[in-house]
Amino acid sequence: MNTLSLLPKANLDRRQLLAQLFFNPADWLFVSGLAGASKDAAALTDDGANLFSMAGTMGAAVPMGLGLALSASARNVAVITGDGEMLMGIGALATVASARPNKLAMVCLDNAMHGETGGQTGHTARGTNLELIARGAGIDETMTISEPEQIADAAKFLVQSPGPKFLVCRVMPTAPSTYKRNMNPLECRMRFRQAFLSAG
Amino acid sequence: MTDDHPHAEWSGVMFAMLRDAGIKLFCYIPDAGNDRLVSLAEADNETRAVLLTSEEEGLAVCAGADLVGERGILCMQSSGVGNCPNYLSLAGGGGFPLLMMITMRGDYGEQNPWQYPMGKAVEPILEALDVLTFKVQHRDDLEKSTLAVLNATSKGAQSGAIILSQKFLGAKRF
Repeated sequence: MNTLSLLPKANLDRRQLLAQLFFNPADWLFVSGLAGASKDAAALTDDGANLFSMAGTMGAAVPMGLGLALSASARNVAVITGDGEMLMGIGALATVASARPNKLAMVCLDNAMHGETGGQTGHTARGTNLELIARGAGIDETMTISEPEQIADAAKFLVQSPGPKFLVCRVMPTAPSTYKRNMNPLECRMRFRQAFLSAG
Repeated sequence: MTDDHPHAEWSGVMFAMLRDAGIKLFCYIPDAGNDRLVSLAEADNETRAVLLTSEEEGLAVCAGADLVGERGILCMQSSGVGNCPNYLSLAGGGGFPLLMMITMRGDYGEQNPWQYPMGKAVEPILEALDVLTFKVQHRDDLEKSTLAVLNATSKGAQSGAIILSQKFLGAKRF
């Protein structure tokens, strides 16, 4: 079977999505991969100290989230990534499955294109199925949503049974949030550390 | 663990120094040179071994640990340094004090021609991306170099790599 036929048509608005998945963002530690995913994550958290967003190191979001989840194992950790970023570091799904952190939720905003560089076609437009890859990597808890009515169930999915969760969100090919976030990695690192460590 | 492992003695010394310095996550791609060190990290209750698919993941894992005040190390063979440069942006640009342990191939006594290009490129790559290097050529260098890289990374806010040469490790036979 052509796996493209298994992929549902995207009907989610990315600018509305994260606020419905994470209705209390202050309860989470966030890592976001470059470009659109980070713009949406910054809009969600008001570029807060509980977010470390990237504007480079494509592919690093999931393994950085793993490092957080293994080191702050009592906290809910969320990775916000895109389909292109996820595929560049796709092996990290096996690393996550193998390490099995209890409270790591990975959310992939799949717009089937490389939005930041001009909207060039991505692999998921041609049949690459990220949820199947995650399952094959050994992630037991996976889900794909494509319609607004599914968001409430997806929000529950992200905090359900222990173990890493992988959620693919098929979003429409519209622009991400326009939030102007801090792009200085050193400032963002210090901001995150100070907020986390001072909270005890 | 048996004591006849070829790297048992120094691995025990280095592991104790790293653990006592607060290194918790030992991220690794398996190599003959880091085999015993990783086994010790797996066996110890205070540390955890994290098997990677590709070396650069370990830099991101260690950076994630740093965000919440914890420490990790990336253990890899010299060839793995070639997978790391983009993520080493986290060192110079992001100020993450990344710690690496590199077991060399493609230097002293190497017989495999495939190993030489990356063997020669390890130090230029690390230098270009603002990572300090601390070499172990002889057994006497081990404690001093380990302490130096821990000082640089844990206290000195630098990124650093301890490099175990083939003169120290012994070259693989073909």
